[in-house]
Amino acid sequence: MPVLVYTESDKGKFKKNAFEVASYAHKVAQDLGDTVTAVTINNEENETLGNYGVSKVLKVSNEKLNPFNAKAYANVLAQAAEAEGAKVIILSSSADTKFLAPILTTKRNGGYVPNVVAAPVSTSPFVVKRTAFSNKGFAHTEITSETKIIGVSNNAFGAVENSTSVNVGDFAPSLGDGDFTTKSVEVDKVMGKVTIADADIVVSGGRGLKGPENWGMIEELAKVLGAATACSKPVSDLGWRPHSEHVGQTGKPVASNLYIAIGISGAIQHLAGVSASKTKVVINNDPEAPFFKAADYGIVGDAFEVVPKLIEKLKEFKVQNG
Amino acid sequence: MKILVCISNVPDTTSKINFTEGDTKFDTNGVQFVINPNDEFGLTRAMWFKEKQGAVVHVATVGGPQTEPTIRKALAIGADEAIRVDAEPTDGFFVARQLAEVVKNGGYDLIIGGRESIDYNGGMVPGILATLLDMNFVNTCIGLEVDGSNATAIREIDGGKEKISTSLPLVIGGQKGLVEESDLRIPNMRGIMMARQKKLNVVDPVDAPMRTNDKKFEKPAPKGPVKLVEADNVAGLVDLLHNEAKVI
Repeated sequence: MPVLVYTESDKGKFKKNAFEVASYAHKVAQDLGDTVTAVTINNEENETLGNYGVSKVLKVSNEKLNPFNAKAYANVLAQAAEAEGAKVIILSSSADTKFLAPILTTKRNGGYVPNVVAAPVSTSPFVVKRTAFSNKGFAHTEITSETKIIGVSNNAFGAVENSTSVNVGDFAPSLGDGDFTTKSVEVDKVMGKVTIADADIVVSGGRGLKGPENWGMIEELAKVLGAATACSKPVSDLGWRPHSEHVGQTGKPVASNLYIAIGISGAIQHLAGVSASKTKVVINNDPEAPFFKAADYGIVGDAFEVVPKLIEKLKEFKVQNG
Repeated sequence: MKILVCISNVPDTTSKINFTEGDTKFDTNGVQFVINPNDEFGLTRAMWFKEKQGAVVHVATVGGPQTEPTIRKALAIGADEAIRVDAEPTDGFFVARQLAEVVKNGGYDLIIGGRESIDYNGGMVPGILATLLDMNFVNTCIGLEVDGSNATAIREIDGGKEKISTSLPLVIGGQKGLVEESDLRIPNMRGIMMARQKKLNVVDPVDAPMRTNDKKFEKPAPKGPVKLVEADNVAGLVDLLHNEAKVI
């Protein structure tokens, strides 16, 4: 019985996390001695999955599945799992996938563990390591139900190339009106900007920046680095920046390769939300700011002097390193 | 409109997290418990529906007697009645299954849960609940209007938001944005006094075998000391990020 993986698309192309979850599924399949079957919805580059250990693709093409609809997508995946006899289903941690996962879990009578950060600890019993207590701890969680559904954290396992011969075939699930009782009316998405969920680098500003008018240098630093911009809770509560940029325990989680905190003191709730980032840099004029204890690199200094210099040095670096 | 707000009893956001009994249990020693923040935004939105649209608001939680101060707080904020399912919340499916029973018995039109609890972060209870009851479901909900049996919800998506049109009965997984931080209410003395008189029904759980089981916990590995770079040596930071951390 193959391991089933849902590889997400955006406008016909795979999202970055698609290759991460495919790689994860390949690892689980190796442990179990099985193969990997991926499900794609309205995707135009299915063969790419062969680079990440997928040997079969169930390709779903259906205009009704554009834009995303959680109930309908969950139904597609449930039917794919049924058709393949899959007992292990691998998902990502995107907002869309976290929306459909509990619906799919209920349809398949499965056990669902999200926020998984590593390959299974063991497959018999089936135990995975996940974050808990908003990144202040980890849990080793056993999935005891027959169907096991795993949500892999962003940027935790990584994309691992594994060239496999892949067979792409059409899959036409049966969908009815009952699958579309929630309707998307309007999508409001900033175009051409990297999202916090997908970003390798996140540049984040706090109250130390004194006001929304000072965000120009944060935006510029983010642009130089190809980074997403984020902010602390007080900044979003004050309305300096949109809620969608708030990162921390009650905001968005961050799991980037590099997180740069500027003028953020590092309240325990903020640190919990960003601690999954691999390298953390803090720039703050207060040497006692708690963030210095949680960071890898730090500069004690005035952000208004340090950040422009950093932008300049990074531009020089870019020129030298192409 | 009859609303059920599902509440999780969680450690305060400032809590230090420790484990006990050979790292198999969360150590509640010295920990202050509160209404899960994501649920509190939903509860506050429910108060708005009560005041503007005459909704009746009940709250439910799955937990032992130790959760009652948190439930009383929700009543003090303004919920009309409470239900406590007298069982330890073993996993997300178990909790959703208990709440499904509460919803069936109470005939609710709108069920407001949180995007996730800040302790176990499962984020699955509202979605499982909706699917068990065949109700509509919107997750990461940051805005909600109800007009008769029609509902308009705003959902946070990666990189933006989406407006969704649906109908009651509806379950949402709510979060900040449903109301603002400044809209949250601190119970006043009158509310606290009234909460003592309100009904808190304790019900027995239904059977729901465990599907996931936390066997062991661990804390993140301790962090090495921060490497400080002088403010006039920004080039040194760029060098470290490139050659040591290898992130640029």
